[in-house]
Amino acid sequence: MQPDRIELVCPAGSLPALKTAVDNGADCVYMGFRDDTNARNFTGLNFSFDNTKEGVRYAHAKGKKVLLALNTYPQSDGWQRWKTAIDNAAELGMDAVILADPGLMQYAAKTHPDLRLHLSVQGSATNYEAINFYHEMFGIRRAVVPRVLALAQVEQLMAGTQVEIELFGFGGLCVMVEGRCALSSYATGDSPNTRGVCSPPKAVRWQETPKGLESRLNGILIDRYASGENAGYPTLCKGRFDVDGETYYAIEEPASLNTLELLPELRRMGIAAIKIEGRQRSPAYVGQVTKVWRQAIDNCCRDSKAFAVNPAWMTELGKVSEGQQQTLGAYYRPWK
Amino acid sequence: MKLALGPVLYYWNRDTLSDFYAEMADAPVDIIYLGETVCSRRHLLRFQDYLEMAGRLAAAGKEVVISTQTLIESEFDVKALRKIAGNGNFKVEANDMGAVRLLAANKVPFVAGPTLNIYNPQTLDLLAGLGANRWVMPVEMSREALVALNAGRQTKPETEVFAYGRLPLAFSARCFTARHHNLQKDDCQFKCFDYENGLDLKTREGQPFLTLNGIQTQSALVHNLIGELDTLRETNVDVLRISPQARHTGAIARLFREALAQRLTAAQALAQIEELMPAASCNGYWHNRPGLEFIRADQPVAA
Repeated sequence: MQPDRIELVCPAGSLPALKTAVDNGADCVYMGFRDDTNARNFTGLNFSFDNTKEGVRYAHAKGKKVLLALNTYPQSDGWQRWKTAIDNAAELGMDAVILADPGLMQYAAKTHPDLRLHLSVQGSATNYEAINFYHEMFGIRRAVVPRVLALAQVEQLMAGTQVEIELFGFGGLCVMVEGRCALSSYATGDSPNTRGVCSPPKAVRWQETPKGLESRLNGILIDRYASGENAGYPTLCKGRFDVDGETYYAIEEPASLNTLELLPELRRMGIAAIKIEGRQRSPAYVGQVTKVWRQAIDNCCRDSKAFAVNPAWMTELGKVSEGQQQTLGAYYRPWK
Repeated sequence: MKLALGPVLYYWNRDTLSDFYAEMADAPVDIIYLGETVCSRRHLLRFQDYLEMAGRLAAAGKEVVISTQTLIESEFDVKALRKIAGNGNFKVEANDMGAVRLLAANKVPFVAGPTLNIYNPQTLDLLAGLGANRWVMPVEMSREALVALNAGRQTKPETEVFAYGRLPLAFSARCFTARHHNLQKDDCQFKCFDYENGLDLKTREGQPFLTLNGIQTQSALVHNLIGELDTLRETNVDVLRISPQARHTGAIARLFREALAQRLTAAQALAQIEELMPAASCNGYWHNRPGLEFIRADQPVAA
């Protein structure tokens, strides 16, 4: 069944970002509390209880939804923190919580049966058997699918489940199956699953050396830049490494996912929602990206056959892309 | 503690694999996990071949478990998963929640694999309720975290810990081995054959960092808990997993067995095993440190 529209789900790392997203046309904003219960656990980011209240009030007053990401895996000694976060989400009137951990889903489903559950991308569900598992066990209503499937595979997956599917449309690109990557903890001790961070800022060091500017993560050389080269944040899978005497981006180039051109196809497939990555980015980024995607989705939903990517949109999105490069990622099969 | 041989994570040819398991039938391991867990393009051995191998190993007295593929993407993958889940004879290691759904529906007991992300007692108890009678700890989990999980659990599945081998750290849709050869995954020419212990990735200053193994990324260093048998025992670990490498796997299992029987001290076992390893040791995860660190049992941990 094709939903009558595609929801635009935008990131909010702060109250100003939330308001900017709402004002620029987001249907939903997603956010996290200020601790390790969410996968963007960065200093200076995220919401206190009071900020959350104000954010929910602001969005609801304009008829928009707020989704709360509680998408790390509760550690045994901190279970209470995750449980309280679920209780707070229900109390604050969240439109849905985005979860990855089955234990936490069970708690949410039992304690707050009216709270809508979405399966986070961190839940690593790449097939309908997995999605149906979470649906039957906990009643999840929507699943966010890891950025590893080709479009034809997404379509196959959708044929096997009634659960709504949300896809990443734009922003930073995880090459690994989300929820199944421990590279960051291998290098630094902290990972998305356990601490809600990848390649954490506290482990990053920049050094000017005679060989060039070096970026290190917990002492490990991630990249080295010649003068004039654009230096990017040392996310460890996006560095240049040596394999068999050849130095290159062995895992992935620094690039942003951008699926604007796929919109008519996503609409035909019946994708329920498109997610914009970037809770760690500025309100200006959120505003710019939201505005472009709002226009694009509206154009596409009006007449998907006549839909064409406006070059001005690409220019706008290009300005905020990582490494100023854009890719269709795994949706385009040869990328693999 | 029991010793388990994990699934072979590399793509070895048919004869190599068959010789390997013939040797393992006599190796001092109690449990053998079989099956292709990394890539659906590695089809040299079919389901039926694995079943026959499983039969031979079971006849040699091993507990045999068939492991499912970790990343299930296509209908083809789902069909393969259904065959394994419904094999009706051997226990299955579920490495994806899709596998759990099928196994629970068939009401057969299973092993909850290391990529199911069991980090707390609530999730462990839930999976135990669905039929898990053993669980494999996520590779990045520490001893401290295991103690905390054990304190809160109400069910009794056996605990298995990845005790030896290059750590499977990440899975992707992209094949990094094919990428190294400028090939697309769909036309990979099975380059994984050329790397019996994976393809080494170093930093630009030559530090061994990771190992590329098709769509899987492993540590360059070899996770090695042979010096930690006392702390593993104290933490009520039931099974130690040895991950196969191209050479000396049998000798490594024998060293673990000797050390478990206390015929070797931790220091002796470590010295001997290091002769047999494709790279240096790490054990940081067990000590709640970055995984690539190595802390010798008698050495104080830096703050």
